[in-house]
Amino acid sequence: MSGYLDYKSEQTPTGWRKILYLSWPLVFLLAAVAATGFLMLYSIAGGRAEIWAEPQMRRFVVGMVAMIALAFTPIWFWRSISVAAYVVCLLLLVAVDVFGHHAMGAQRWLDIGPVKLQPSEITKIALVLVLAAYYDWLGLSRVSRPLWVLIPVLLILIPTGLVLAQPDLGTSVMLVAGGALMMFVAGVSLWYFAVVIGSGAGLVFAVLKSRGTDWQLIHDYQYRRIDTFLDPGSDPLGAGYNITQAQIALGSGGWSGRGFMQGTQSRLNFLPEKHTDFIFTSLAEEFGFVGSITLLSLYALIIAFCLYSALTNRDRFASLLTLGIAGTFFLYFAVNMGMVMGLMPVVGAPLPLVSYGGTQLMILLMAFGIVQSAHVNRPR
Amino acid sequence: MKKSARDITDSNRAINRRALMLGAVQAAVVATLGWRLKTMQLDRADEFRMLSDGNSIKLRLLPPARGLIHDRNGVLLAGNEANYRATITREEAGDPELVLARLRQLIPMTDTAIEAVLAEIGKRSAITPVVVADRLSWEQFASIAVNAPALPGVSPESGLSRSYPRAGDFAHVLGYVGPVSDYDLSRMEDPDPVLMLPEFQLGKLGVEARLEERLRGKAGTRRVEVNSAGREMRELERIEGQQGETVQITIDAALQNFAVQRLGEESAAAVVIDVQNGDILASASAPTFDPNLFVRGISGPDYRALMEHDHRPLADKTVQGVYPPGSTFKMVPLLAGLESGLIDAGSRFYCPGHTTVAGRRFHCWSRGGHGSVAAVASLERSCDVYYYELAQRIGADRMAEMARRLGIGVRHELPMSAIAEGIAPDRAWKRARHDQEWQVGDSINASIGQGYVLASPLQLAVMTARVATGREVAPRLVRAVNGAAVPETDFNDLGLREANLRTARAGMDAVMNGSHGTAARSRILAPEWRMAGKTGTSQVRNITAAERARGVIRNEQLPWNRRDHALFVCYAPFDAPRYAVSVVVEHGGGGGTVAAPIGRDILLFALAGGLPPLDAYPAGQRGAIEEMRARMNLTPAPAPQTNGRARA
Repeated sequence: MSGYLDYKSEQTPTGWRKILYLSWPLVFLLAAVAATGFLMLYSIAGGRAEIWAEPQMRRFVVGMVAMIALAFTPIWFWRSISVAAYVVCLLLLVAVDVFGHHAMGAQRWLDIGPVKLQPSEITKIALVLVLAAYYDWLGLSRVSRPLWVLIPVLLILIPTGLVLAQPDLGTSVMLVAGGALMMFVAGVSLWYFAVVIGSGAGLVFAVLKSRGTDWQLIHDYQYRRIDTFLDPGSDPLGAGYNITQAQIALGSGGWSGRGFMQGTQSRLNFLPEKHTDFIFTSLAEEFGFVGSITLLSLYALIIAFCLYSALTNRDRFASLLTLGIAGTFFLYFAVNMGMVMGLMPVVGAPLPLVSYGGTQLMILLMAFGIVQSAHVNRPR
Repeated sequence: MKKSARDITDSNRAINRRALMLGAVQAAVVATLGWRLKTMQLDRADEFRMLSDGNSIKLRLLPPARGLIHDRNGVLLAGNEANYRATITREEAGDPELVLARLRQLIPMTDTAIEAVLAEIGKRSAITPVVVADRLSWEQFASIAVNAPALPGVSPESGLSRSYPRAGDFAHVLGYVGPVSDYDLSRMEDPDPVLMLPEFQLGKLGVEARLEERLRGKAGTRRVEVNSAGREMRELERIEGQQGETVQITIDAALQNFAVQRLGEESAAAVVIDVQNGDILASASAPTFDPNLFVRGISGPDYRALMEHDHRPLADKTVQGVYPPGSTFKMVPLLAGLESGLIDAGSRFYCPGHTTVAGRRFHCWSRGGHGSVAAVASLERSCDVYYYELAQRIGADRMAEMARRLGIGVRHELPMSAIAEGIAPDRAWKRARHDQEWQVGDSINASIGQGYVLASPLQLAVMTARVATGREVAPRLVRAVNGAAVPETDFNDLGLREANLRTARAGMDAVMNGSHGTAARSRILAPEWRMAGKTGTSQVRNITAAERARGVIRNEQLPWNRRDHALFVCYAPFDAPRYAVSVVVEHGGGGGTVAAPIGRDILLFALAGGLPPLDAYPAGQRGAIEEMRARMNLTPAPAPQTNGRARA
């Protein structure tokens, strides 16, 4: 019960009064982003809601309710379950590697009765939780000592290795980036980051050099993605086709776009994965620069609110957690947008809250429920 | 661990410092994304808008030439020929009706054809070309090109179309290609974009369908600059596609042609198989049809004529058709009996012309009976009662097991369409299929290849090859792909005792060469080609006791589709088997009189590698053989075509 006592202070709201202390701007921002998604899913389906928009709305409502429910939980609860959550995620990842459902040559799904679970998505949040708890426990003075740096590195690399075995390069990169972000915020000396970035550059060099030799480090299709990223024209009918067509759609939107449901690229089926990973291109085509910059601003505002909440929160665990979840969210949309704009290779990351997909939407909303819990219960 | 107030303050400061740094990095990333949006959507919008409208550069697919199909000697069986056609584009035509009226003065077009084209134009977008006329002659094609100024929007194009130079001979084996239908596309998981091209052809049946992936080839691409109306201005880049793979099948075109001609107007099938390596040398189904008709789009009346023909020309009777094998099946119960040890080659049964089992009378084909009969004579004279007695001793399951071992009731995997499995009935099968117990009468019927037993001509040929060699011969149809030979399999031994196989072979030899052989008239005189065989005549109707009492109605007096099937299987040379042949003539009459001469002629042609010398035939038949040859319309073998390109 010590956790409970730590947080019990006169200023912390209790019971139903908590609802008044929710970060309502954040709720509205999330709803606005999700609403943009409904609009696009309706448009892409050719004006039919029942294909993608309606199921997505239903999941959003469930996710919203879950978020508000989680906001009522005391923040110490999350700290006390963080290690357990992390261990459960590792077990689930092992289960996926062993019994998982095959899709597109990779095992990412776990069939549990009626639910299909993608443990790698939950792992992103669990990793943030466990790292926040770790650094909260560790205190500031020891964060940069080598032994105490090694522990979080292992915490990050174990799930990363399991995800890589699926194989899912995109999520592994996200896990490493999310974990590194936590270590950065916790105050680990910048020298570590400099060394890692330096050796990372060396590794990239090795990967490129190993191509075609018998110690080739990554899959052929992953090399092709790199080729395609460097020169989308090199394979105009294959993988480069996606990027070329996505960029044509995006660029042709112009200032104000072609108008709602008027996107020719999307309507003529030139766009791949138009309802999932490439949904941003349809938005950019139909609503132009105005529409796409608005969505980008909404995302930036969500991050800004989280940053503000973290800065004003005097509890170390809550701050770290908020920054970590917001950082993961940031990685999602930055990678997705960078990918469709041709700034990054295609890694298969969805546009958060907008792309069609149940697991991702629900987990993000629940993660924001934890952010809300940190916000509501913050010591003032 | 309890933290001091100072600890907390320090830690918060540190977090805040790092959080602000993180915020700055994030802001920079967002700014980069925003900047990229600005350059793409504001600065370069026109460029992308143009690409999006398809005003500038387009990627066009170049359809690949379909892979050729050759026979075992390199004779072209399926090739590609130039097809000249004209297309029209609404945007450029302005008034399509006027343009079509002018076009009509150059090439013949019916009113309905013009209406169909106008309807198609109405459905498609303004810049999509619609085919106006297909398979134009070179003169018509040239006249359209010359008159281009008067025909805005009409463009003469040349493409490749499948052609089958051997016409009907290979219609069933190769199948044919046809336009890609929505149904075809709906069955594919990830259709090749080249299938969306108008006029692209897809294998619909037979080898063409089963080896589609190999034959299709890989599309090339053309990058062209087009104006706002969609007309090509110039070609910027051209990457040639890859022709489909060349497939060589095991069939010998000359033998196939002879077999088809020899079957003639009958509704019949014949299969020739090389007993050493399983190569199918001929697989003829008659009557046949011209697959070129389907490639060009068959007319309604032509199609109806094929569909309504009572000899079913569209069906491939060699692998799809299943028939009660009649007495050609008798090697199966004989070998099952010998292997079981319940009888031996010398065991005799007495045939009084019929036998009575469970109150039912089963007749031998010979009313007078065969007297006391042992194994070899049972095949030579095709005594039914011998097998009735045998079947009661060995039971259904031993027979079915032997049938499957010899290749009946099992599917032989070949790249052909709808290969039938046939039926080798046993107790479990009847329970599953008819929910009834097996009766002794069922065994008796099965022992002479009647009742539930069904086999395809292919299976009968395989059975004969297996009896001839004692090995598990499996048929194959593809000999080489792109010049690389498909390796031959070394067939396993069937595990039957050599003495028993020798008994069965001696029986088959006696059928041809014994004094009482049921096919002795069709024997081959040339000693180096000495042949063994077995006749079969399978009933397709019930003969009632009343009819039997009055006298069985002769086949010639029955309507065609009530007559008996004539069957024959054979192999040669007897001492060192090379080829096995099966023949089924639907409702043809007697196996010995109708099917055996056909089987003998086809086998001789295979052995001689062409028309055999007349002295291989019994002296009395040589005149008739010569007469028959004069009536046949054999295709001379063309020079083997080895270069892979299509004829233009």
